[in-house]
Amino acid sequence: MQLNPWALSGIATVAVLTFYLGHRSSRFANSTHDFLVARRTVRSRRNAAAISGEYLSAASFLGIAGIILKDGADGLWFPIGFTAGYLALMLFVAAPLRRSGAYTLPDFLEARLGSVVLRRCGTFFVVFIGILYMVPQLQGAGLALTTVLNVPGWVGAVTVTVLVGVNVIAGGMRAITVVQAFQYWLKLFAIALPAFVLCAVFLAGGKPGPAGSLGSPAPPVFAEQTTVDIRTDVAFEVGTLTQVRIEHPGDAAPHEEIWVQGSTQELPQGTRVWFTAGTPVPTVSDAAVTNADWLHPGSEGLRDLLQTYSLIFATFLGTMGLPHVLVRFYTNPDGRAARRTTVHVLLLLGLFYLFPTILGALSRMYVPELLVTGQTDAAVLRLPSAMVPGVAGQVLGAVVLAGAFAAFLSTSSGLLVSLAGVVSTDLSKGRVLDFRIAAGVVGLVPLALALLLRPNDLSLSVGMSFALAASTFSPLLLLGVWWRGLTWPGAMAGMIIGGGLVLGALAVDLVSRFTGGWAPWFADQPALITVPVAFAVTILVSLATPNGKPADVNGVMLRLHAPDRLGFMRDRAVARFGQAEERTRMGRGRHRK
Amino acid sequence: MTEDFYRRADGVREPDPTLGKNYQPASVEPVPPAPPPEAPPEPAKPPKRQRVVLADPRSRKTTPTLRARLELEQQTSWGELLIRDLVKHQLRTALGLSALVLVLLGALPLAFYLWPGFAALRVVGVPLAWLLLGLLPFPLLLLAGLAYNRLAERHERDFVDMIES
Repeated sequence: MQLNPWALSGIATVAVLTFYLGHRSSRFANSTHDFLVARRTVRSRRNAAAISGEYLSAASFLGIAGIILKDGADGLWFPIGFTAGYLALMLFVAAPLRRSGAYTLPDFLEARLGSVVLRRCGTFFVVFIGILYMVPQLQGAGLALTTVLNVPGWVGAVTVTVLVGVNVIAGGMRAITVVQAFQYWLKLFAIALPAFVLCAVFLAGGKPGPAGSLGSPAPPVFAEQTTVDIRTDVAFEVGTLTQVRIEHPGDAAPHEEIWVQGSTQELPQGTRVWFTAGTPVPTVSDAAVTNADWLHPGSEGLRDLLQTYSLIFATFLGTMGLPHVLVRFYTNPDGRAARRTTVHVLLLLGLFYLFPTILGALSRMYVPELLVTGQTDAAVLRLPSAMVPGVAGQVLGAVVLAGAFAAFLSTSSGLLVSLAGVVSTDLSKGRVLDFRIAAGVVGLVPLALALLLRPNDLSLSVGMSFALAASTFSPLLLLGVWWRGLTWPGAMAGMIIGGGLVLGALAVDLVSRFTGGWAPWFADQPALITVPVAFAVTILVSLATPNGKPADVNGVMLRLHAPDRLGFMRDRAVARFGQAEERTRMGRGRHRK
Repeated sequence: MTEDFYRRADGVREPDPTLGKNYQPASVEPVPPAPPPEAPPEPAKPPKRQRVVLADPRSRKTTPTLRARLELEQQTSWGELLIRDLVKHQLRTALGLSALVLVLLGALPLAFYLWPGFAALRVVGVPLAWLLLGLLPFPLLLLAGLAYNRLAERHERDFVDMIES
């Protein structure tokens, strides 16, 4: 693909705006309070936009359309789960969590259960989940830049890391709140505009698209002769007898080959395949082959059903354990504002998730070759130029790319702030300088991992971090907020066993992927088993160790649940870093109350 | 019971400090008349208008609020009962709403699995499954969120009113 000047300018605009906004608000950031929680004075509307902006990651912007292109109706559960997680968060933890006055998730654990050991353990999982979540963002950035600009994959990851690092180190939470709020609206625009335009093109064109109508039960077909370059190793099932010209990496010249129905083809990286017009599109092995399967949810029987429920479990409960989501809730002025923020977030997310669905369905008709390469995450990026030829398509593509870039930037900055906050308050004294050093160190780890690991489907790896968060932190938060009987040994046991089970499943899944896919369904999506186990262990161990209860459990419950007007809320920060209100009054800028 | 409590609490008076002591009225010395007040220098800006309130109705409330807050903070059995009650209310609301959403959404995969014909239904050309999964959950979630916000704030308001009454 040629270097597209529109795409380049789109990315440059987002980068410059991000840097400018971050720089502008980081001038007012000077205290620890600024860096960790933006002085806890962010109004609920802006906070909601910032939360949505940081939450709509690469997985939401690119991954959902890709997974809908691949799996069809079953993929629709991802956006539902991603949104419903906020409802669970709001119903059960938002307001009490804010009233706890904590800075970070480990801080909350210590405030509630009074155990330093537990706090250390929580820190480990927060950092682990954060890094696991950040790697796909950086890989997605690499993918986006490779798809559109034809540069090597590491350029995107390094660019995002540098931009995010500069903003976070300069202004912490204070700086990125404004940036993320802006980036939500940018992302909404960047996905709504192509959706509207492409829908209009689709309806005005009146034809079902080159790959055949979605209503027909057959698999999609190639409309014209298509050349497909395989960039990562793929394996796929062949639906019907297919004749192709193929050039393996070592071959001197392409040769003809016939794939029989029902066979599985494994193509290594570097293979080139030519399909003639009218050939049905073969799909990567775990995708829905025919359009009829694609259109109907749960077409693969019991396995699909269980996986769907597992996904629902993971996303509903996992959102409340994601470190970058929680840390944003601490920036609300009080518990009531935290609840209102979440209502806004539900609105903003619901609005956004309408569009990836539309784009995913359109891309099944217009860019079927992605099913061969397995790079379904690029669907949103490829779709505009496939549907609208010429400059208009290029401009639309640039808009999408800018939105995707904003997604990588905002999610990575949220994660980096939350991780730096946790690391700096737990492992060092928590001063501004410590925060900056922690941000620098923490930023390098995911970058290294993103460059080393091979890219996977964005939504799936993100799904794994949801499962991990759901099995470690959601029992602690739910029981900690609502049950007086929770003890610190119980919390610890639940967290370690839940987290250990998910990590085990992850390892099994990885091994099975390289050695022929023998793992049972729950290795891929373990939440349906691990979450109940984590809850059970937490409750049982708590009942067995009644001595582990904190002495002032009644006082803690009072602070968590008493309405804000009574003024029981006490920020833990004040004891540690001094009164912040004085500085708030002296300060100026957009974060005034 | 609470009324009785308040009456008793209000009925306690400070004992007279002069009680039982040899009390002599203080002699009042004549004070020279105060000099006439100087005219204040004309301020550059007129001072801000202040509303003078002779009897602030809220000040009467502070005493019971303070006492109730103290009660809550020291976690006497009464205060603990109050908080337990509030927590129970909030939890019941949250569980009810989440059960509603879970039943409505969680039944869908099972329905699609058990009745494949249901998934194949079409509404104005769009498969019903896509409408049910791609469009309708989001308003449902938003409505549940709005409902919880209202209910939770009402509970808190009731709680504060009860304490301050």
